[in-house]
Amino acid sequence: MGPYAKEELLACVVARLLGGARHAAIGASSPIPATAAFLHQCNDAAFRVTLQQRRAANPLTEGSRELFDLAGQGRLDVFFLGGAQIDGEASINLVTADGRRFPGSFGSAYLYPIVPRVILFREEHSRRTLVPKVDFVSARGTPAALVTGKALFSWQRDRRRFRLESFHPGSSAQDVRANTGFDYDASSSLAVTREPAEEELKILRNKVARQIAPDYPDFARRVWG
Amino acid sequence: MSALPSNRTSFLSGPEEIAAQIPDGALLALPPDYSLVAMEVVRALIRRKARSLRLLGVPILGLSADLLIGAGCVEEVETSAVSLGEAGLAPRFTEAVEKNLIKVKDATCPAIHSALQATEKGVPFMPLGGVLGSDLLKSRNDWREVENPLDEKSRILLVPALQPDVALFHARWADEAGNVWVGRRRELATTAHASKRTYVTFEEKRAGDMLEDELLAPGVISSIYVTGIAQADRGAWPLGVAGLYGIDDTHVSRYAKAAQTREGFRAYMDEWVLTPRKSFSPA
Repeated sequence: MGPYAKEELLACVVARLLGGARHAAIGASSPIPATAAFLHQCNDAAFRVTLQQRRAANPLTEGSRELFDLAGQGRLDVFFLGGAQIDGEASINLVTADGRRFPGSFGSAYLYPIVPRVILFREEHSRRTLVPKVDFVSARGTPAALVTGKALFSWQRDRRRFRLESFHPGSSAQDVRANTGFDYDASSSLAVTREPAEEELKILRNKVARQIAPDYPDFARRVWG
Repeated sequence: MSALPSNRTSFLSGPEEIAAQIPDGALLALPPDYSLVAMEVVRALIRRKARSLRLLGVPILGLSADLLIGAGCVEEVETSAVSLGEAGLAPRFTEAVEKNLIKVKDATCPAIHSALQATEKGVPFMPLGGVLGSDLLKSRNDWREVENPLDEKSRILLVPALQPDVALFHARWADEAGNVWVGRRRELATTAHASKRTYVTFEEKRAGDMLEDELLAPGVISSIYVTGIAQADRGAWPLGVAGLYGIDDTHVSRYAKAAQTREGFRAYMDEWVLTPRKSFSPA
């Protein structure tokens, strides 16, 4: 690992998936996707970022209902989803696994099938989180990619299978295989994930840190002090 | 669906009087932690030992639900999630579900909004995109997947109208006419429109009628929907009121840690809920 935080690396990986997008919304408890979206916005001023739970100056004047309505109209082209479990079919589970209860499905059941670019994000990369088959399907859909604490996978629409594109510094192809519960393909150009550039880190630690702190105070303190 | 009333708002003495008017067993609609929660009434419900409440998260729940569940006030929860946000899982909800002490009707956010909008419009159901293919449908016998009547090649979900017995939330202002001002949290209006009764606590009372003020009127919920109101200083604490006071993140984290165990939860109750004066945060 270089002189950067893991969260900064992951935000850079996610930000590189946002090219050409017009509008990303960020749901509950997603500080790294929010960081990625603000980082991307620095390179594309027309890119709109809606923090659904933004505490001050929230752009939604009819609450989360408006977010789902504008997704239904096609005005939202990027959303991030996670899961207590994610499987090789790209289904996600936010409800229950192994007798344990998780918070619930939030808006995922609705958003996953209708938002054109859904990015799956789950920092914990283990056989506990990445499973052959989820215990409960909160939502299914066609994702653009899956980003974890160890790797970046793309989604092959025709084969309905993930493909490993890169593993992050500190991990390896073998480490990813050993910690992934579902089967997947590997890219012929499989490589180590590109590290954050100095310029990206500078933007993250200044402008983006200030944008994130009001809504994710614990996260901002942990990553940027 | 029963016909909904046109109210003359009652001016009540405080959160305790609102809690006394919310009957045991009521279907009680509550907003998420970021959207004007009447926490002082939630604490008063616990003090009056409310029982068998059925909570409706519009569309998710957090601290309010975790407190009510931990205190034994809740029989069932219909919601899209229960979470304490950055502070993590809602510990009393999690344990109650894992031990089968409460029933959960799992939903997804826009299904709850749509079900309330159906009641708001006085129609029996609303169609909703997405959702098909989710296991949520397996446990929701009240939701129907049908052929789209306008296009037989596609299918669509219908969610039935949902009419809460009581809507409960907090507002920055109320006025002498019984109107309340919620600013941009206009999704609360849908909940009020769809509920048999709506109770609101407020920070400050304004003279006159806010509907006569062109700038305030768009953030107002008219008294026709409001059953009763009562003043509560910092009534959303430890949650926030935008523009007035923020969420007390330190307190919510402290709760999340304490409530990991039943003993910790009981100690929190003793300190912050069962002693009314302690429940007010220092301004």
